[in-house]
Amino acid sequence: MTTTSYGIEYTKVAELKGPLMIIDGVTKVSFDELVEIETVDGEHRLGRVLEVGFGKAIVQVFEGTTGLTITGTKAKFTGKTMEMPVSQELLGRVFDGLGKPNDGLPDPIADRFVDVNGEPMNPERREYPTSFIQTGVSVIDGMLTLVRGQKLPIFSGSGMAHNILAAQIARQASVVGTKEDFAVVFAAIGVQYSEAQYFKRSLEESGALRRSVLFLNLADDPAIERIITPRVALTVAEYLAFDLGMHVLAILTDMTNYAEALREISAAREEVPGRKGYPGYLYTDLANNYERAGRIKGKNGSVTQVPILSMPADDITHPIPDLTGYITEGQIVLGRDLFRKGIYPPVNVLMSLSRLMKDGVGEGKTRSDHMEVGNQLYDAYSRAQEVRALSEIVGRAGLTGIDLKYLDVGDKFEQHFLKQAPDENRTLEETLTRAWDVLSGLPEGELTKIKEKHVRQYYKG
Amino acid sequence: MVAKGKIVWISGPAVRADGMSTAKMYETVEVGESKLIGEVIRLTGDIAFIQVYESTSGLKPGEPVTGTGQPLSVLLGPGIIGKIYDGIQRPLDEIAAKSGAYIGRGVMTSPVDMKKKYRFKPSVKKDDQVGPGSILGTVEETPLLTHRILVPPNHPGGKITDIASEGDYDIEHIVATTEKGGGEKVQLKMYHKWPVRKPRPYAERYDPTVPLVTGQRVIDTYFPIAKGGTGAIPGGFGTGKTVTLHQIAKWADSKVVVYIGCGERGNEMTEVLVEFPHLIDPRSGRPLMERTVLVANTSNMPVAAREASIYTGVTIAEYYRDMGYDVVLVADSTSRWAEALREMSGRLEEMPAEEGYPSYLASRLAEFYERAGRVRALGSPERAGSVTLVGAVSPSGADFTEPVTTHTIRFIKTFWALDTRLAYSRHYPSINWMQSYSGYLEDVSKWWKENVTGEWYNLRAESYHVLQREDTLKEIVRLLGPEALPDEEKLVLEVARMVKIGILQQNSFDKIDTYCSPQKQVKMVGLMVKFYKEAQKALKAGIPLADIRAMPIIPALLKSKFEIPEDQLNKFDELDRQINEQFHKAGAAGGEGAAAMTEKKEAEVIA
Repeated sequence: MTTTSYGIEYTKVAELKGPLMIIDGVTKVSFDELVEIETVDGEHRLGRVLEVGFGKAIVQVFEGTTGLTITGTKAKFTGKTMEMPVSQELLGRVFDGLGKPNDGLPDPIADRFVDVNGEPMNPERREYPTSFIQTGVSVIDGMLTLVRGQKLPIFSGSGMAHNILAAQIARQASVVGTKEDFAVVFAAIGVQYSEAQYFKRSLEESGALRRSVLFLNLADDPAIERIITPRVALTVAEYLAFDLGMHVLAILTDMTNYAEALREISAAREEVPGRKGYPGYLYTDLANNYERAGRIKGKNGSVTQVPILSMPADDITHPIPDLTGYITEGQIVLGRDLFRKGIYPPVNVLMSLSRLMKDGVGEGKTRSDHMEVGNQLYDAYSRAQEVRALSEIVGRAGLTGIDLKYLDVGDKFEQHFLKQAPDENRTLEETLTRAWDVLSGLPEGELTKIKEKHVRQYYKG
Repeated sequence: MVAKGKIVWISGPAVRADGMSTAKMYETVEVGESKLIGEVIRLTGDIAFIQVYESTSGLKPGEPVTGTGQPLSVLLGPGIIGKIYDGIQRPLDEIAAKSGAYIGRGVMTSPVDMKKKYRFKPSVKKDDQVGPGSILGTVEETPLLTHRILVPPNHPGGKITDIASEGDYDIEHIVATTEKGGGEKVQLKMYHKWPVRKPRPYAERYDPTVPLVTGQRVIDTYFPIAKGGTGAIPGGFGTGKTVTLHQIAKWADSKVVVYIGCGERGNEMTEVLVEFPHLIDPRSGRPLMERTVLVANTSNMPVAAREASIYTGVTIAEYYRDMGYDVVLVADSTSRWAEALREMSGRLEEMPAEEGYPSYLASRLAEFYERAGRVRALGSPERAGSVTLVGAVSPSGADFTEPVTTHTIRFIKTFWALDTRLAYSRHYPSINWMQSYSGYLEDVSKWWKENVTGEWYNLRAESYHVLQREDTLKEIVRLLGPEALPDEEKLVLEVARMVKIGILQQNSFDKIDTYCSPQKQVKMVGLMVKFYKEAQKALKAGIPLADIRAMPIIPALLKSKFEIPEDQLNKFDELDRQINEQFHKAGAAGGEGAAAMTEKKEAEVIA
């Protein structure tokens, strides 16, 4: 054991298994402490203390234990938790999944160092999110409104257009009538090179890259590193938002890979598993990331989160989308059927929801009929889907006149309202006009969710 | 003698300390240099297993652990109402004042303002006999709530030897002194402490017979809950659990509301904090915050305190019950509490039962729900109070066969099943009317009869019958299409649709529709039933179904929920008149048509 200027070094590795390294004979090691590991070959890795006691420390090694040895490996306990250097200079930079530069440029000069785990925001000091963000995507603006400080995930399936949609949101998102500072924080968690590249290019083309910070843990990067990637990204997002007053859009893709890394560690620790082998604390762990969105009273900035996750086998009841849905403020669910029909964005609106929409729309914020129109569209499309299912059995002939109208409205909804080009930026006014075009295909008496005066003002039937 | 030990092991919220042989089970301890708050949950030899209510990041073996000699307790006295607490009764505004926008660790705060002066009015005199639970005096806690100062339940009883005269005192002031048979004197302040895991005693339990009026039609009319009753509301995400619970917290006709946000979203607690001070109680005209207590342990706050938050909340609820008030406790979500139990159980390396939950999950749930009830409180004067418990359940994958849901169902009497399919079609509240039930239906019908109308029970049954018939007919429609049904049954579908849209669906975010008084509910259901009966008669008289469907009264009935405000309920009489008029008109026209048809047929036969 040698004491260096900032830590204690140990060499007594007792066990290596999976992503874990167990070190014997330790004293004065603290829970959650950052560990710097030096392999026999002089390579440096990082780890974190998961459990300590009775002279033993269990360390999770982010880069994996491949190549580590029982003798010769040195572990230096740094006496602090993992920190991320933050400053304005981070904008426009690209980092790896642990927050180290990987764009060939030197380390940014730190304004300060911040614990990547963050701290729970005091609900009493939160500012309730109410500012409407116009994304230019009709289905989102009209029916699933995003507001500043919200966390609204995209539930997707393999191969579907979640990246295109997320990139479109990142390019087009704006709060109408304001010219405030915005920034994009993008965390790639175990995604393929091409997906990360698509995103980077898209930001570059729109000129937003210099207002962005990218963290890339790609599919071939160490899996355990993924535990840290969203944390460093959100630490930077919080800094930009609450220290520098920027409006930050944080995109985390793909959270499924994150949860799998968590499962891997849990299994290596031989913990009692919850559903599908995921640890019982998956909910809490996900919440520690997702809850790092919001606004703070008396501060200008905001962190809006759009996590993306792929539902294994398109199953929304899988623990990852399931627990995510319980934490986030709604969800945008992509549907395989619409995707196959070639409709972009393939948003299954019936399964989607924005919990904060009610607070971001209406008189003085958007338009007084906004909420009602959104509700009526849901109602009409849901009816249309029922009729569709029925018509497949009994045929069009077995349908009543009103059912046939719903059938047409359903088609018009998909073609005229939902469908749009990935570079098409619609104003809210246009979105609502299109919504009324669709609803006007129904008799007036069917519009039970809309107040009389709005029907009189906008109905074109 | 308090235990003084040292940390030997740390893993997340679980800590082991040795040298703790004098510690008691469930004793509160201070952990580490930064004095984090923890609770002893297992003792083995001199090693104590401690769950820590704050983040243990940075804690080291060797740091001290000190016992307090006390079990986890809450402070009960004036000043609780209107506060937002964390899971162990620390006010979040005080924490914010000390550690800013983020929740710091080891923050010591007082649950209520000990310096604030209240106007105390004694209700006992010198030489009066008092016992546990007796009322010593009152103070105005908020304009909505008179706080009754109680003799603690564990007091030996005795004679008042000294009582403060009316005046302004802080809560540390000794307001009364008692003496039992010339023995030791006991000094009483305006507050006392009570251990959260121990239910507060009462004199006698009553049957719950008074409904908790929530202003939500599907609850009050179809699946009512009684004051002092228990209810669970399970549902997958996006089914509107939280919105429904917020509605209950907003509009329930109880004196006090305790809202526990257990492992849920931070913004939801903020929403309550932002909204409630501006919402006006329909009965008293005062802001709702003046009767509300919040206990917030959001999903990213330490997991062990989540477990404590439920007990903290229910103990506060019992305290106000003991004053003789009706209290509603809403817990969102009990599943997160169960998960906290599971996490600690896992760290204790206990043998797991289903899905990793500990085998004592069911008994813990039972203990919690048994703390509900309508009771005669201890002490004098005689008074009744109640605690109604409503717990949200968040079943994984919206699967109601998972352990927390199945065990909860065993201990509650009202079951509001939220349905993902209804939520997808934006039918809110998405309470499934076929799966849900209420065990209080018969108990509360007397109240409706005496306070609203004797018709309630029948109207409810008749409209519910339409829904039941629709449910069976739906199967046929799914296979053969609606045109395969006779007109009489098509009418059932039509009326069921009207009941669903016009009555069961309720918009929480609409200024008028958010609260629907029992009087309005009965009028709405009454008109639906009337429409159905008239339409049945009309069909028999040969009026085509299409004509009935086209009646302008239908959209008017469906929109009455948000077009007719509470102070204009006489407008329903106008709708009633329109039903009569439109059926009369259809009868005249349709009757002629039918007559003409018969004539035509006869003519054909003759030809």
